Amino acid sequence: MESAVLRTEALSAYFGETEVVKRVHLRIPEKKVTSIMGPSGCGKSTLIRCFNRMHEMISGARVEGKVYLQEQDVYAMDPITVRTRIGMVFQRPNPFPMMTIRNNVLAGYKLNGIRLSSSERDEIVETSLRGAALWDEVKDFLNRKGTFLSGGQQQRLCIARALAVNPDVLLFDEPTSALDPKSTAHIESLMIELKDQVTVTLVTHNTAQAGRVSDFIAFLYLGELIEFGPTGQLMTIPKDKRTEEFLTGKFGQEEKR
Amino acid sequence: MRESRLTWRIAKDRGFRGMIIFLALLSMAPLVLIIFYIMRNGLLSLTWNFFVELPRPVGEGGGGISNALVGTGLLVLIAAIPSIPLGVAAGIYLCEYREKKLAYWAALAVDVLQGTPSIVIGIIVYVWVVVSVGSFSALSGGMALGIMMLPMIIKGTEETLMLIPHAMKEAALALGVPYYRTILKVILPAGASGIMTGVLISIGRVAGETAPLLFTAFGNAFMNLNVLKPVNALPMLIYNYATSPYPEWHRLAWGASCVLVGFVLTLNLSVRIMTRRWKVQF
Amino acid sequence: MIKGRLEELKGQLTESASLVEAMIEKSARGLIERKKEFLLEVIEKDEERENRIELEIDEACIQMIARYQPKARDLRVVMMIARMNNDFERIADEAVNIAEASLFLIERAAVKPLVDIPRMAQEAMGMMRDSLAAFMTEDTGLARDVCRRDDIVDGLRDQVLRELITFMASDPAAIERSIQLIRISRSLERIADLSTNICEDVVYMVDGQSIRHYTQDR
Repeated sequence: MESAVLRTEALSAYFGETEVVKRVHLRIPEKKVTSIMGPSGCGKSTLIRCFNRMHEMISGARVEGKVYLQEQDVYAMDPITVRTRIGMVFQRPNPFPMMTIRNNVLAGYKLNGIRLSSSERDEIVETSLRGAALWDEVKDFLNRKGTFLSGGQQQRLCIARALAVNPDVLLFDEPTSALDPKSTAHIESLMIELKDQVTVTLVTHNTAQAGRVSDFIAFLYLGELIEFGPTGQLMTIPKDKRTEEFLTGKFGQEEKR
Repeated sequence: MRESRLTWRIAKDRGFRGMIIFLALLSMAPLVLIIFYIMRNGLLSLTWNFFVELPRPVGEGGGGISNALVGTGLLVLIAAIPSIPLGVAAGIYLCEYREKKLAYWAALAVDVLQGTPSIVIGIIVYVWVVVSVGSFSALSGGMALGIMMLPMIIKGTEETLMLIPHAMKEAALALGVPYYRTILKVILPAGASGIMTGVLISIGRVAGETAPLLFTAFGNAFMNLNVLKPVNALPMLIYNYATSPYPEWHRLAWGASCVLVGFVLTLNLSVRIMTRRWKVQF
Repeated sequence: MIKGRLEELKGQLTESASLVEAMIEKSARGLIERKKEFLLEVIEKDEERENRIELEIDEACIQMIARYQPKARDLRVVMMIARMNNDFERIADEAVNIAEASLFLIERAAVKPLVDIPRMAQEAMGMMRDSLAAFMTEDTGLARDVCRRDDIVDGLRDQVLRELITFMASDPAAIERSIQLIRISRSLERIADLSTNICEDVVYMVDGQSIRHYTQDR
C-alpha cells in the first residue's frame, strides 16, 4: 500500500447550506500522479480547494471533516503554512502581469517579504524553471514581463512559481483545459516528470488525460467518492457501475481527444 | 432586398453617423470657446511677475497671484493627505466586501456625498471647524476640499479594483501570501494606475472649487503659510477680482483663470498619458 | 509516453518467446537424449511461468488500449502483441505435450531410431526463432520466408505418419509408443503453424497488410 501524503476523513464542503462534497474518505499516495475525475460540477475543484484551504476564503463556504497532510491536521495549522506546502496551479494561467518572469518565480518569497541572497535567488529561479521545463525558453528573458509568453508557457511559469516554494503536494485544477493540444501534451509530460519531486494531484473531466497521465484515479460524482484505484485497473475493470457509465461516455464526459 | 429600400437604409445609416459626429463636435464647442476666450484675455498677463508677486493695492499697477497659487497648493495638500489613504482604503473595502450589508450602506453614503452641493459641505465645515476654533483657516478649507475629494477617490479605487481578475488574488493566496499582503503587494500595484487616475482627477476637480472656500479658507491679501490662518486661493481670487470694478484686478482674474484652466487641462492630459504607459493588461 | 510503454511491452513479449523456445528445446533434447530432468522441468516449472507471463502481457495490452488509445501503427502493434502472446502460450502448451509424450517414451524401448522427428524439431524451432527475430527487427521478408517453410514441416509430419502406420501394422506392441510419437509430430507441426501465425501478425503490424489464410501467394 502506498504511503498517503494527503488523507481525508469524512470531508464535506458546503456553499451555505448546499453540500457540494459529501463525506469523502480519500488517500492520496505520495510521489504519484492522482487524478480526481468526474463530470462537470461534481465537486472536484471544491474538493482540492479544501486541501489547501482556499475553499474557506469564499464567503458562506464551510468545511467539515478532517484533512491530514503527512498526518498533520491541515485545519489545525496556519493556513498560510498549509498553502506553502500544498501548491496550486489554476485552469487559466495567471502569472502576475506587473512582475518580470524572474520575480514571478520568486513571488512566493518576495510577496512574503522573505529575504534571499542573490545567489539563492538565481538558484531558485533556475531550478524552478528547469523543473517546469521552461528554463531554456526564457533564460535570456528573465527580466522581461511574462505577458509575451504563450498560454502554455505562461502555465509552465505558474508551475515554476508554485514549485519555487518547495511544496509537498502540487494541485492542478484542470490545468490544460484552456490550452492548445501541443501545450497540453507538454504539460502532461511535465506532470509525469514532476512526480519524482512532488505528489501531483490533478483535477480533470477528460478521462483520456486521466488515463495517460495518472497512476491512480479517484472518481467523484455529485460530491461523493465513487471509486478509487490504480488507473489501469479502474479504466479496464471498474468496480462501480457509475464509474463504468462515466468512462463509456453515458454521461458528463468532455468531448476532447 | 429591393434596390430602393437598400439605398434608403444606407442613407439613413450615413445620416445617423453624420449626426453623431456633428453633435460630438457641438458638445466640444463650449470648451473650445471657453479656452479660446480665456487665453485671449489672460495669456498676456502671464508674466514672471504675475507668478511671484503678491497682489498690489488698487491704484498701483502690476501685482501677481503668488499667494493664491501657494494657497491653492496648500489647500490641495491638506485635502489630499487624509483623503487619499482614507479613500483608497474605503475603495478596497467596497470592492472586497461588496456582499456585506455595511458595504451597501457605505456605497449609498458615498453616492450621496458625491451629490452633496459643495456649498453645503462648506457650511458644515464652517460650523464644525471655523466656529469651534474661532477663525477661518487653511485647515478648514483643506478639510472641505478633502471631503469633496473623498467620493471620487473611493469610486475610482473601487472601480479599478473590481476590474482586477479574481485569478490574480487566488494566485497570490495559493502561494501562501497572507490576505493583507495580497492586497498591498499584488492588488494595489496592479490597480495603481487606475487609482492614481482617480486621485488626480479629483484633485483637478477640487482645485477650482470656490463655494466651500468662502466660509472656510476665506481668503487673504497676503501670503500665508500658517494652516491655522486664512489663506487665499485661485478660485477665490478670481471670484473677488472679477466682480470688482477695477480693470487691473480684472486682468489678474483673467490670468488666474488661465492658470486654472491650464492646470486642469495639463492634469487630464497627464492622466491619459500615464494610463497608457502604466496600465496593467490582464 | 506511449512509445516507452510499447518498448516495455515488446520486451516482455521477447522474454516470453525466449522461455517458450527454451521449452521446445528442452522437450526435444529430453526425448532424443533420454534426459528425464529436462522433461520434468518443462512440465513442472516452465509451463507455470509461461502462463503467468501470458496473463501479464494480456493485461498490459488491455490497459495500454484503455489508457492511451493507441492509433494506427501503435494500435496494430498492441493488437498483434496480444495475438502473438496468445500464440506463444499455445506453442508452450505443445511443448508440454511433447514433454509428456516423451516422458512415456523414454521409459521404453525405441520403436525406431529417431530421424524425422529431430529434423522436425530442428525446423520448427528454427521457424519459431526466426518468427521472433522477424518481430524484433520488423523484417517482413524474413516473416514471409518463415510462412513458406511451413510446407517442409507438414511434409515431414506426413512422412512420420506413413512410417509409423507401417510399424503399427506389422507390430501391435508398438502401437502405444507409435501413437505417442505421432502425438509429438503433431505438436511439432502445430508449433510450425503457430510460428507462421506469428509471422502473419508481424507483416500486418509492419505493413498493415493481412496475409492470413493465403496459402500460395505469400
